[in-house]
Amino acid sequence: MSSTITATRAEYCVVACAEAWRGAGEVLATPMGTVPTIGARLAKLTFSPELLLTDGEAMLIGDVPAVGAKAEVVEGWLPYRQHLALVAMGRRHVMMGASQIDRHGNQNISCIGDWAKPKRQLLGVRGAPVNTLNNPTSYWVPKHSTRVFVEKVDMVSGVGYDSAAAAGPAATRYHRIPEVISDLGVFDFETPDRSMRLRSLHPGVTVDQVREATGFDLVVPDDVPYTREPEAEELRLIREVLDPKGLREREVPTA
Amino acid sequence: MSRDKTMTAEEVVGRLRSGMTIGIGGWGSRRKPMALVRALLRSDLTDLTVVSYGGPDLGLLAAAGKVRKVVAAFATLDSIPLEPHFGAARQRGDFEFVELDEAMFMWGLTAAAHRLPFMPIRAGLGTDLLKVNPALRTVTSPYEDGEELVAAPALRLDAALVHLNRADAQGNGQYLGPDPYFDDLFCEAADTAYVSCERVVDSADLLKEAGPQTLLVKRAFVDGVVETPNGAHFTSCAPDYDRDEAFQRAYAKAARDPEAWQAFVARFLSGDEDTYQAAVTAFHEEESA
Repeated sequence: MSSTITATRAEYCVVACAEAWRGAGEVLATPMGTVPTIGARLAKLTFSPELLLTDGEAMLIGDVPAVGAKAEVVEGWLPYRQHLALVAMGRRHVMMGASQIDRHGNQNISCIGDWAKPKRQLLGVRGAPVNTLNNPTSYWVPKHSTRVFVEKVDMVSGVGYDSAAAAGPAATRYHRIPEVISDLGVFDFETPDRSMRLRSLHPGVTVDQVREATGFDLVVPDDVPYTREPEAEELRLIREVLDPKGLREREVPTA
Repeated sequence: MSRDKTMTAEEVVGRLRSGMTIGIGGWGSRRKPMALVRALLRSDLTDLTVVSYGGPDLGLLAAAGKVRKVVAAFATLDSIPLEPHFGAARQRGDFEFVELDEAMFMWGLTAAAHRLPFMPIRAGLGTDLLKVNPALRTVTSPYEDGEELVAAPALRLDAALVHLNRADAQGNGQYLGPDPYFDDLFCEAADTAYVSCERVVDSADLLKEAGPQTLLVKRAFVDGVVETPNGAHFTSCAPDYDRDEAFQRAYAKAARDPEAWQAFVARFLSGDEDTYQAAVTAFHEEESA
């Protein structure tokens, strides 16, 4: 297919994010960031039509507008208190950001440095603790680097596999980190010790590049596939329907 | 007829004391009781513990040195991800920080509103919240499952400050926007609660604009009502007005530079609420000139 040759890195990322919600069923997709937002909407328009989406505030939207555009159909109401109840029920797959993430999927969005007097205060843990113990939580990292993929995070906000195991059965019961997606590839924890594994490389990226940008020993299988090609119709939806202004390229610039 | 609880923002602040635990409604940069926060900034009150889904309320109070302790899950300006004053004050170690998960926070308010010591929650286990909050405890289910969960402690408040779209003089508060946030819980969790609103209306008119489910706050939990038009500015107060993004950008920019901040304070925060609103109008005239 000629169209696949022209897909940009950002578009591979959109498709990789969309794939996180394949087969999710009638659950809320909560993307954080531009590329995951386009990805969730692409999933809904193609292989996961049952997904629920919000307008970023309290409305469940019944149409699939372009990123940044206003929805014209409201199909439901989801104020914060109901949103948090939905989290507890697990009927949601969130894709959060991560200022730091380690090999077991512990994530930090609270602060950099010593918590008692941080070098840099970030957002705060927000809902990372409740998200990670209750509904599937994936992560999106638009710029893969050793500053983000670290040996040890400064403040465990989102729970990784080792921390959940150490905390006991109430923590592991609904804990799941399906995927970590970055501008370089897709990662998961499908290893015996739940250590992060390179699942696919975005076309144009090498294993060495990923290793260099990662601050811990990544599990790299002998054969690493490439992230799948966007289909022609998916590229059309991304470019013409979901992100005609090309906001995705601002989050993941084409080198 | 119940009593008339209308008062001024100054009268609200006059009922508060230094050292109190004060809950502030809204969420991030959305429907914050900013006119009441500005009245707090003008007061001598200090050593406050502020409990908030944090936005510029936290930032302004921290920058003014009013805060001894913050209880929050985050501080954000929404369209600007990080609250600059909050971050700077944290990095200076200006206040004690009780960092909680946002659902844990909701259960803390809920417990307080139900006069319970805690609510069990599946959040916090496996995170560093348990390390940085050594007072947080877990609780074991007495039932067959025997699960060990976190006991989110009640967030009991001395006073709550919330901003709603409408209220009557007796303290019945109405929100007309997309989300109630947790303003009713803040009022119920507090020993005293003060509602500022865009417009005080007759009780008989409350349902002229929207259905009964918009009557969020009940007068039994409200001690004072303040009419403060544009009182959530620069945060959003839909449908009355959206966030003032241009002003918020100016706020955030000034907050990142001590000299610029002094100028911002001199221009906007050195007079009373009328002076503030007039300065905001002048700001927009300049912007559009």
